[in-house]
Amino acid sequence: MGERTVELEVLRYNPETDSEPRFQRYSVVCREEWVVLDALNYIKETIDPTLSYRWSCHMAVCGSCGMMVNGEPKLSCKAFLRNYEGVIRVEPLAHFPIERDLVTVIDDFVDKLKRVKPYLIPKQEKPVSEGEYRQSPAELKRFKQYTMCINCMLCYAACPEYGLIPKFIGPAAISLAHRYNQDSRDGGRAERQEEIATTEGVWECSFTGACSEVCPEHVDPAAALQQVKIRSTVDWYTDHLMPWLKK
Amino acid sequence: MAISNKPIVWGPFAAGGTVTAFLTPVLILLTLLAALGHAPDVLAYDRLHAFFGHWLAKLSVVGVVFLSLWSAAHRLRITCYDLGVRADIMVATVVYAGALAATAASVLYLARI
Amino acid sequence: MSRRPYVREEGLRWIFRHPRYLRYMTREFSCLFIGAWTLMMVWGLKQLAEGPAAWSAFLEFLKSPASVVFHVVALAFAAYHSYTWFNLTPQALPLQIGEEFVPGAAIAGAHFAVWAVLTGVILYLAGAF
Repeated sequence: MGERTVELEVLRYNPETDSEPRFQRYSVVCREEWVVLDALNYIKETIDPTLSYRWSCHMAVCGSCGMMVNGEPKLSCKAFLRNYEGVIRVEPLAHFPIERDLVTVIDDFVDKLKRVKPYLIPKQEKPVSEGEYRQSPAELKRFKQYTMCINCMLCYAACPEYGLIPKFIGPAAISLAHRYNQDSRDGGRAERQEEIATTEGVWECSFTGACSEVCPEHVDPAAALQQVKIRSTVDWYTDHLMPWLKK
Repeated sequence: MAISNKPIVWGPFAAGGTVTAFLTPVLILLTLLAALGHAPDVLAYDRLHAFFGHWLAKLSVVGVVFLSLWSAAHRLRITCYDLGVRADIMVATVVYAGALAATAASVLYLARI
Repeated sequence: MSRRPYVREEGLRWIFRHPRYLRYMTREFSCLFIGAWTLMMVWGLKQLAEGPAAWSAFLEFLKSPASVVFHVVALAFAAYHSYTWFNLTPQALPLQIGEEFVPGAAIAGAHFAVWAVLTGVILYLAGAF
């Protein structure tokens, strides 16, 4: 008891020998409480050491192990085998190029992350001697949920617009920009608007909402994007209809 | 990267989506009742004609027509892109022009009432 | 070691990958029916402007079987647009009072309540019952 044989169908791709990816079936004796990542580790340790994949914490906080499980973006450390029946299909995270096996090329996301300036840009530089930035609980609550992003990119895999338009800056990057825009200590919203209030910024979003549905940390990136859209729209109309208000 | 001018089309879309969310179902219900032979009193020629005689009613209807058609047009544009149609500029031109033309037509007809 | 990243093509299969994408497309397709019905009403305005005979002809057209079917389908799609729109509103317009955010269900619920009242008022004023 406590064990069950699970069939895993895993997408393999070796850039040195394969012209295209192919599926490989593994039969794994698993413990009841295992997650997909445990099955992959078992495969790598005992059946096929050539299988490549990213993972680290095994507790859904590092964001490394994102992959498609039966066509749905999941953290493999959070995909419990007991929730699946029959053959489990494991593929690399959608909408990213495949480097090798289950490892994707994430350079595009990392670049976009850098572009949105995900760090505090204070309204005025303040030396340490002048003391700390003070923030009330209400001011913290205003942006707290958007700090929970673990950069796992499941939202990019779920977003149909990112799949159609690779230039789209995407849910996580824009949510992170929003996190800093909402932070009372920050004064860099205008700078970030130069990146996210652009065509390939928030305006490629069609509010499908898939990003928020797959987010393992309940960041609700869709909410962040709509709020950015509304703020950007108000900005645009005030800038164009009441230019005298511009500083 | 340049700040996008998308808000020009998105603002009316958001307003239109809200207006249609609140108003369109009940209005469709009114004409559905008419379609089923139980036309509500307001759809009788004399009453409707009198209603549209008022300039405020005309203005409101033009506003509702414009926002409804614009939000439908914008959504159709996005849907075409989602379905793989890449000629976005052409689609956008056709749908927005259609919305504006039909709005202009409604202004024309209301002017004759 | 040579890198040769493989880009997967997807086409339109994404729509069928999960029910949420079908629900999204259904919501988006509501625009066809809302747009078509509105255009029909613009044509009705034309008939109204042309006089009682033209208006009667329009009402007769509304009674055609094709029109009845269209109205039922359009009403369903329009109601689905409203349902999805109001449920998405809390994400677009969060309301922070003091430290806490007003629950999304309250914001959406308020919209549904206004929708119900408005619908009732309009039906009453129109003499539908």
